[in-house]
Amino acid sequence: MKRKLFPYFLVLPTMIVIILFNVYPILRMLYQSFHQWNMINDMQFIGFDNFIKLASDKVFLQSLGNTFYFVFWNVLLCTGLGLLLAVFLQKNTRFNRFLQSISFFPYVVSLASVSLLWSWIMNKDYGLLNYVISFFGITSQDWLGSPGLAMNSIILISVWKSVGFNVLIFISALQRIPKYIYEAAILDNSGSFQFFRKITLPMISPTLFFITIINIINSFKIFETVQILTRGGPLNSTRTIVYEIYEEGTLFFNVGYASAMGVVLLVILAILTIIYFKTQSKRVQYQ
Amino acid sequence: MKIVKKSSHLILSLFIFIVFFFPFLWMFSSSLKTLGETLQFPPTLFPEDWQWLNYVDAIQSMPFWNFLTNSLIVTLTTIILQFITTITAAYAFARYRFVGEKVMFGLVMVSMMVPGQLTFLTIFVMFAEWEIINTLPTLILPFAISAFGIFMLRQTFRSIPNEIIEAAKLDNATEFTVIRKVMLPMAIPTLVTLGLLTFIGTWNEYFWPLVLTTNNDARTLPVGIVAMINAEDGTNYHTMMASNVLLVIPILIIYLFAQRHIIKAFTYSGGR
Repeated sequence: MKRKLFPYFLVLPTMIVIILFNVYPILRMLYQSFHQWNMINDMQFIGFDNFIKLASDKVFLQSLGNTFYFVFWNVLLCTGLGLLLAVFLQKNTRFNRFLQSISFFPYVVSLASVSLLWSWIMNKDYGLLNYVISFFGITSQDWLGSPGLAMNSIILISVWKSVGFNVLIFISALQRIPKYIYEAAILDNSGSFQFFRKITLPMISPTLFFITIINIINSFKIFETVQILTRGGPLNSTRTIVYEIYEEGTLFFNVGYASAMGVVLLVILAILTIIYFKTQSKRVQYQ
Repeated sequence: MKIVKKSSHLILSLFIFIVFFFPFLWMFSSSLKTLGETLQFPPTLFPEDWQWLNYVDAIQSMPFWNFLTNSLIVTLTTIILQFITTITAAYAFARYRFVGEKVMFGLVMVSMMVPGQLTFLTIFVMFAEWEIINTLPTLILPFAISAFGIFMLRQTFRSIPNEIIEAAKLDNATEFTVIRKVMLPMAIPTLVTLGLLTFIGTWNEYFWPLVLTTNNDARTLPVGIVAMINAEDGTNYHTMMASNVLLVIPILIIYLFAQRHIIKAFTYSGGR
């Protein structure tokens, strides 16, 4: 009897944490999203009102649009540049490994550090970036303060931070391609671009697909850079879903309404996660 | 042709180096300038006179030691708790068949995909009801398990041949002796990987301590430093960069010493 209960005893702490901090909060968020609640008065059931309000909430719709804009460019640039750099650095030499570690370092540094650092580099009056572009005859820009530019600057910072991770994953995929395939291609005398398109790309396509999904999921969580650098401004141009939930929920205490926004994000992430799990099982097969 | 190829390779390499490394050099250089020198345009590359006292100013402008202590407690406790829960759960999933096993393992996998950005609001409300907002457990407990760790360690435990365990049991070894003497030594490489990933993740964490704290009591270094900078007018870039260097240094040291291992760990984890 004691032996039969033993495995339950072993998994108990893990299960308590998962139920308390993963399962219950999600269920409670769903429940709260159908209520009006500001943490002081009693919760009031209002059916789908929060969601109906969301559908015509201009600021929320804008933050949704901003998030999709960020996700699109961040994923495209991280994946694309990551693949280019990985092809460039794929040969396993000391020099390339050194460059790879340099490009990966921003990824292990806190987003807080990265944001503070770039707030200084992108300063409109004394920043390094404006000095650098002046060599190319470009006039000084207000990188984080002009509505047309701020989101692009946030994307630039995010790509700078995460592209090294993409390089890492692509290099490990490239180095798994069997040597004899390369040798055969050299005998065939095929050009390097053709070689990349016809052999490299199909060989790493499972990795490409998998990393794209991971990039998309992570990009939807965009928050820290926005909170530190722009606070959603100027003119709401960098407001994103998570920032909107944060402001509505923890600053204005509209918990019910913020929960409804959370449900929207939940649905987006759930769809992506299902795709992720399907591609991951495929990835194992290819290896 | 070959020279063109080689020199373009070199130029591109230099470009990569500058783009990813120079900002950190710039951060360090700025942290040693006077306020006046940071406000010069065009900027100077190196400080005219190295102002090491900027670091003292940075530390004295905030409850630095308080933030540092919080960071250390949160990071180390999280790692220790994750080790305990991961080892026990992975052992159960690897070595026992029990009713509900599949459902529970499914829950572990699901928990890997539920980000804090979805749960923070309700967890904040929950902790407020428990009246423990602004205490360290709010920053530790939700991260006391690691789904990724359980997944990795289960594989490790499964790879240990049954004969070894049966032999130990014939010698009248208890379950805990089997875990300690047979399983743990084999699990050490996995635990080192988990420990590194958790250290980097927890030390750097900005989102969670930001949304779960309302004053400085439980704030960790990243949140504390940003909050203090926001509280000022935010133009003292020399001390801001000094604080930033202090934040980056522990990560830099670990990266210098365990770089190969960290890169392998992140490759293996597929990023979280």
